[in-house]
Amino acid sequence: MKEWDVVCIVCPKGCRMKVTEENNDMKVSGNQCKRGLTYGVKEVTNPTRVITSTVKVNHPIHRRMPVVTKGAVPKGMMLDVMKEINLIELELPIMVGDMIIGDVLGTGINIVASRTIK
Amino acid sequence: MREYDTIIIGGGPAGLAAAVEIYNEGVTDILILERDIQLGGILQQCIHNGFGLHEFKEELTGPEYAQRFIDKVEELKIPYKINTMVLDITKEKEIHIMNSEDGYQILKAKTIVLAMGCRERTAGAISLPGTRPVGIITAGTAQYYLNMKGYLVGKKVFILGSGDIGLIMARRMTLEGATVLGVAEILPYSGGLTRNIVQCLHDFDIPLYLSHTVAKVKGKDRVEGLTLMEVDENRKPIKGTEQEFEVDALLLSVGLIPDNELSESADIDIHRRTNGPIVNEKMETNVEGIFACGNVLHVHDLVDFVSAESRRAGRGVVRYLNGEKTLSKGVETVNGQGVSYVVPQKLHVDQIEGKFAEVFLRTTDVYHDAKIVIKLDGKEIKTFKRPHLAPAEMEHLKINKELIDIDYGQLSVEVVEKEAN
Ligand SMILES: Cc1cc2nc3c(=O)[nH]c(=O)nc-3n(C[C@H](O)[C@H](O)[C@H](O)COP(=O)(O)OP(=O)(O)OC[C@H]3O[C@@H](n4cnc5c(N)ncnc54)[C@H](O)[C@@H]3O)c2cc1C
Ligand code: SF4
Repeated sequence: MKEWDVVCIVCPKGCRMKVTEENNDMKVSGNQCKRGLTYGVKEVTNPTRVITSTVKVNHPIHRRMPVVTKGAVPKGMMLDVMKEINLIELELPIMVGDMIIGDVLGTGINIVASRTIK
Repeated sequence: MREYDTIIIGGGPAGLAAAVEIYNEGVTDILILERDIQLGGILQQCIHNGFGLHEFKEELTGPEYAQRFIDKVEELKIPYKINTMVLDITKEKEIHIMNSEDGYQILKAKTIVLAMGCRERTAGAISLPGTRPVGIITAGTAQYYLNMKGYLVGKKVFILGSGDIGLIMARRMTLEGATVLGVAEILPYSGGLTRNIVQCLHDFDIPLYLSHTVAKVKGKDRVEGLTLMEVDENRKPIKGTEQEFEVDALLLSVGLIPDNELSESADIDIHRRTNGPIVNEKMETNVEGIFACGNVLHVHDLVDFVSAESRRAGRGVVRYLNGEKTLSKGVETVNGQGVSYVVPQKLHVDQIEGKFAEVFLRTTDVYHDAKIVIKLDGKEIKTFKRPHLAPAEMEHLKINKELIDIDYGQLSVEVVEKEAN
């Protein structure tokens, strides 16, 4: 049997969980809700993270546009995704939710603007 | 002089949520005053995600959360002035403001909502030993430079204090190419949320030194290095535990304090423990018609609670303007054993909306398998079981108001840890 200690990061409660695997059967304990179950299994099989950063904008007052991955990308790709984000320069106006990079590095995840700057 | 129904000081999430609630409750003569170049408050620089799970049932970044309220304010056409600094307020509800368009002006209001947020403790506040070279900066200021201006304050960074802002910045600076050498916390437990320890430190193998402090800062013009030392139970450095680090920036994440200079000039009573105004169930201060909500009242770790609290303040404003009178003298809330503060400090049972009195509190220590015991005039009326309590995590309790249905008295809140058996 394999066993991992995982802290759920889905909400600020931060449940301390135990994930176990026996004969390809994964079990999670210590979670206070269902989202912890999904997260626990994912964290030991294919960990992913949401990335937030900013990109340069051309504007008299504002310098940066905050952006976010709509969904989580594989944890190991965080720095590569950052490199892609840092190549971008934007012309305004941009509305919250506007696409900045589509399907970043073939992950199927889009990067979008996280505020409106007019 | 024209008198507004309500003036809101601060256009962060607290001020915006209060404004929208006041409008929706039928009072539309509102003015929001904000000193920054935009609405949204501190959330505009908190670009990370994790906001809004209670409020919107989805995980938003700080700017996204702020945008929802800004869009609402724009849609309702609630008037606001940005780039406008409030210099002074009086208990007669006169507000002295300054901006480049109108110059210096005095405004008058029937009600005021204080929503000025908080500021960060600085090196002076914690008496950091050694020189004061360039490169010692609060974590929030580093966050402002990086997220608003695109400027990284250091390449080899150490962080003193394990508050959430410091943890968030450890990850953010690492992703931007800096090396974060460690985070030191003088207490034996972290000041930040567990999820931030995991996703900001563990993910990047950044060490967290608990019971450690920066004993010395080196460098003449710019920070060059520091000495880290372990501390004993009395927070005194232990000889022989010195570790040297070469750094070019030291970030301080040593806590936030409500920003109440303005409140004090209006004779508003400030609570010794929260450093915010003393308020009742409607978030009204001791000065009738002046309300407070958000981080100016007490430091919140979750903006969702800020929004909920601010709506309550908003309803309080409208009820005040409608001439509602309080009948009871009020139950005073006090912090007992293990509790560092309780908000609100006063509850008038006849004024509580709905079935429950809602109180917020923080504990003084980390507790496991504990219960929170509520006593009314010394008699136990309710207990809440909690597997885990920590000072970094604000607790929210709902007490059935029938249990405290008296004219006046004292409600104490204390923590009892399960006895070892
Ligand atoms: C770095 C950081 C990270 C955080 N992370 C999270 C998180 O992950 N999840 C979460 O839920 N919450 C988080 N929070 C908490 C959340 O951001 C705050 O609780 C919330 O922003 C508080 O709202 P507020 O409106 O009270 O204060 P603020 O957002 O600070 O707004 C106060 C406003 O008042 C204005 N003001 C002050 N004085 C004056 C004056 N004299 N005249 C005119 N205007 C004035 C200020 O400019 C500011 O815009 C974080 C907070 C910080 C600082
Ligand atoms: S298990 Fe549920 S309650 Fe616990 S931290 Fe995860 S999301 Fe939050």
